[in-house]
Amino acid sequence: MANSETPLLDELEKGKWPSFVKDLKQAAGKNPMARDLIHQLELSYKDRIGHWKHGGIVGVKGYGSGVIGRYSDRPDLFPNVQAFHTMRVNHPTGWFYKTDTLRKLCDIWDKHGSGLTNMHGSTGDAILLGTTTDHLQSCYDDLSNAGFDLGGSGSALRTPSACVGPARCEWACIDSLDLCYNLTMTYQDQMHRPMFPYKFKIKISACANDCVAAIARSDLSVIGTWKDDIQVDQKEVLAYASSINIQKEVCDLCPTRCMEWNGKELKIYDEDCTRCMHCINLMPKALRPGKERGASILVGGKAPIVRGALLSWVIVPFIKLEPPYDELKNLIERIQDWWDENAKSRERLGELIQRLGMRVFLKAVDLPAVPQMVKAPRTNPYVFFWPEDLKKEVK
Amino acid sequence: MPQIELAGKIYEVDEDGFLQELDKWNEEFAQAYAHTEDIEGPLTEEHWKIINYLRDYFAKFGIAPMVRKVCKDNGIDMKKLYELFPTGPAKGACKLAGLSKPTGCV
Repeated sequence: MANSETPLLDELEKGKWPSFVKDLKQAAGKNPMARDLIHQLELSYKDRIGHWKHGGIVGVKGYGSGVIGRYSDRPDLFPNVQAFHTMRVNHPTGWFYKTDTLRKLCDIWDKHGSGLTNMHGSTGDAILLGTTTDHLQSCYDDLSNAGFDLGGSGSALRTPSACVGPARCEWACIDSLDLCYNLTMTYQDQMHRPMFPYKFKIKISACANDCVAAIARSDLSVIGTWKDDIQVDQKEVLAYASSINIQKEVCDLCPTRCMEWNGKELKIYDEDCTRCMHCINLMPKALRPGKERGASILVGGKAPIVRGALLSWVIVPFIKLEPPYDELKNLIERIQDWWDENAKSRERLGELIQRLGMRVFLKAVDLPAVPQMVKAPRTNPYVFFWPEDLKKEVK
Repeated sequence: MPQIELAGKIYEVDEDGFLQELDKWNEEFAQAYAHTEDIEGPLTEEHWKIINYLRDYFAKFGIAPMVRKVCKDNGIDMKKLYELFPTGPAKGACKLAGLSKPTGCV
């Protein structure tokens, strides 16, 4: 058997799961960029260091983001990936498209780039991997003529993304798709022309199951919720009793223990419910979200870079969300203004709030302090007041 | 290292076209280079105001200013900035001003 040129990468092809190495090898058969890419990656594994240079600034006319410059630090060995820029294409909301749309996208990329794609990047965009500087503008023109646009990159508003919401899901409390599209269109400027201290991500989940992981990944998360009581169909609850252990699996695992089961009837103390969706997930035929629906707004989520990872936390417990979403947009702009004005370079919103304090943030964006903002309200009794608030209390 | 010839002089630049020897910058460099950043004709007073501002800031602090600061200190908005430098402040303006390549983030 002939010795493989990529013994380390070959390891990743073993096993039952799909392998990007298999995909790369397939692409290498028809594209020299993919061929050099796979060999550069093998060398990176061997040397235990990435062989991309740091940074790169390239772009298309009128846009400061959407293209990420990438250069090999071994162009002598891998001339076809000397330049290997990434283009981010704004995905259709909820990632719904027809196959002919995908074909169109791939045809454009076969023409201008390596043919390799990443569907989808963690921001949500359709990521086109690997092209040269002189192809950027013509590729963008072709994309644009086919109805696509670039997404956000760098210190900009990143492409907003949303769960599939009401398109496929009975639990959707808000129209996550419409809101996502609306925000994307409203904030074109912030997306295409980076103006912030660092990235800003908006993600929308239509219920607390949070299928786009907005809470873990976005600076501003919109999570569908309801204000009134969970809708209960006691007959269906009873039917579930024969297939699941309602006491053990539903009541005992409820984070606030807000329900009681007596073998015949489920009693929910809605005033203690945090709308986590646990019981609804287990008994979808018996329980439904309430009728008065809207969203909670959370801020501060991020992955670790400058500081550790943060999960976003509630700043608005409930807001009605109907087009044109002016109240939400107004809030987003107040938050961005304050962040933009106060943040150091590369400081995310959550980090800034931690540095300057929640009360400074609330005052600046004109939001009242409410118990739902306290991270662990049942264990953390501390609240910082402004001196003038204390005086008011004394009076 | 790639080289470019502008107005009869040779300059060393990086792969994105950013000047490598910062002390070699001069006004002819900026003017002759402008067309590669989609700026037609001679640089205007407004262009020079931004270029000189960027150079002063860089000389003082060793980094390029944040975009918001550029706009604020020069009394212009983002739209105007992109009208002046269609390829953007980081790519276009900093390149003509002869600053080191700003470190971008993906």
